[in-house]
Amino acid sequence: MSNEWPLWEVFIRGQHGMSHRHVGSLHAPDGEMAIKNARDVYTRRNEGISIWVVEAANISASSPSDKGPLYEPSNSKVYRHPSFFDIPDDVGAM
Amino acid sequence: MYAQMVKTASNGVKSHDEMSDKERAFQGRIDADEKIEPKDWMPDDYRRTLIRQIGQHAHSEIVGQLPEGNWITRAPTLERKAILIAKVQDEAGHGLYLYCAAETLGVSRDELIEELLAGRMKYSSIFNYPTLNWSDMGAVGWLVDGAAIMNQVPLQRTSYGPYSRAMVRVCREESFHQRQGFAIMMKMATGVAAQKAMAQDSLNRFWYPSLMMFGPPDADSVHSEQSMAWKIKINTNDELRQKFVDQTIPQIEYLGLECPDKTITWNDEKGGYDYAQPDWNEFFDVIKGNGPCNKERLAARVKAWEDGEWVRDGLLAHAKKKAARVAAE
Repeated sequence: MSNEWPLWEVFIRGQHGMSHRHVGSLHAPDGEMAIKNARDVYTRRNEGISIWVVEAANISASSPSDKGPLYEPSNSKVYRHPSFFDIPDDVGAM
Repeated sequence: MYAQMVKTASNGVKSHDEMSDKERAFQGRIDADEKIEPKDWMPDDYRRTLIRQIGQHAHSEIVGQLPEGNWITRAPTLERKAILIAKVQDEAGHGLYLYCAAETLGVSRDELIEELLAGRMKYSSIFNYPTLNWSDMGAVGWLVDGAAIMNQVPLQRTSYGPYSRAMVRVCREESFHQRQGFAIMMKMATGVAAQKAMAQDSLNRFWYPSLMMFGPPDADSVHSEQSMAWKIKINTNDELRQKFVDQTIPQIEYLGLECPDKTITWNDEKGGYDYAQPDWNEFFDVIKGNGPCNKERLAARVKAWEDGEWVRDGLLAHAKKKAARVAAE
């Protein structure tokens, strides 16, 4: 059973100029077959107009234990949000 | 429900005091409706139970293609045939989404398939019943997929992220299945007398097996408590079964058919129908492998797996050769 096809992650871009979005995974012997299989599995109801496939083994992912060091620094930087600044109503829409 | 009697890999629910710090934090996340993701820490029993449940669910989707595949070459019109092919293709996709969700827990798809083919993993009891006439395609879509939806809609909220996302996709596609089934039933039930008789015959044969899909009564359902605490089971078997009966009886009346359960009565007090239990001895017998089609279904899966081996190997060999050629250039 060592001959299992590798796992691929599938990304699809929908109709309206959105980014490619992860939709799921599948097994295929190579990239070309992965795209064909992705067409059959993930776009049966006009879900997309473009497909990316990436072999799952080639994806580097952050680890849940890095949550603190990675994301906490942005918590304290509230001035990055537009709502931080009080602009008087008289100024009009901004 | 496509996963029946999934044995929870633990002995009863752990109390707060019995839990380790990690387990307490984990249960806290589930209680707060946070999703558990593949790389997160999880108790071994949670992982093992989910592999069993998602694996069984996936196997059910794949084996579930067989009773319907039986009618693809015999569909009454080209349109019905195209619709049935589309539905069976969906089931293959549902199996794929679920196998992929299981794989995020550290098991490979081939391992799961080997377990199924060796008879060590189960699939839903419902697919061990034969599909004897065209109207059965209606009954399967309407009742079997209807019962599956009842179970799968709440599972969209399950605690395990990849399982929940697979359920969202499945549910989106599943309502097509139920509606196409009911449309077949409407056609048959309003047809000539012989067609109406076929519709009634399908309902008679699929009613009790559909009720069995939800698993044994709560009083005998020993594995539920821990799975519900983990939110990998959302409703009890009896809750879902009651909901299914309440939804289906008016549809039977609409079709002008008769429910094979003659004891059905509306119970004002509970706001639902009282109904007769299916024969649970039959259920346990089917689960043990003695249903009308168990041997045929498994044999078909084994044959497909063995006959497909040269294709799997050939495509992989070709891919490797092509990659080596590119690397050499």
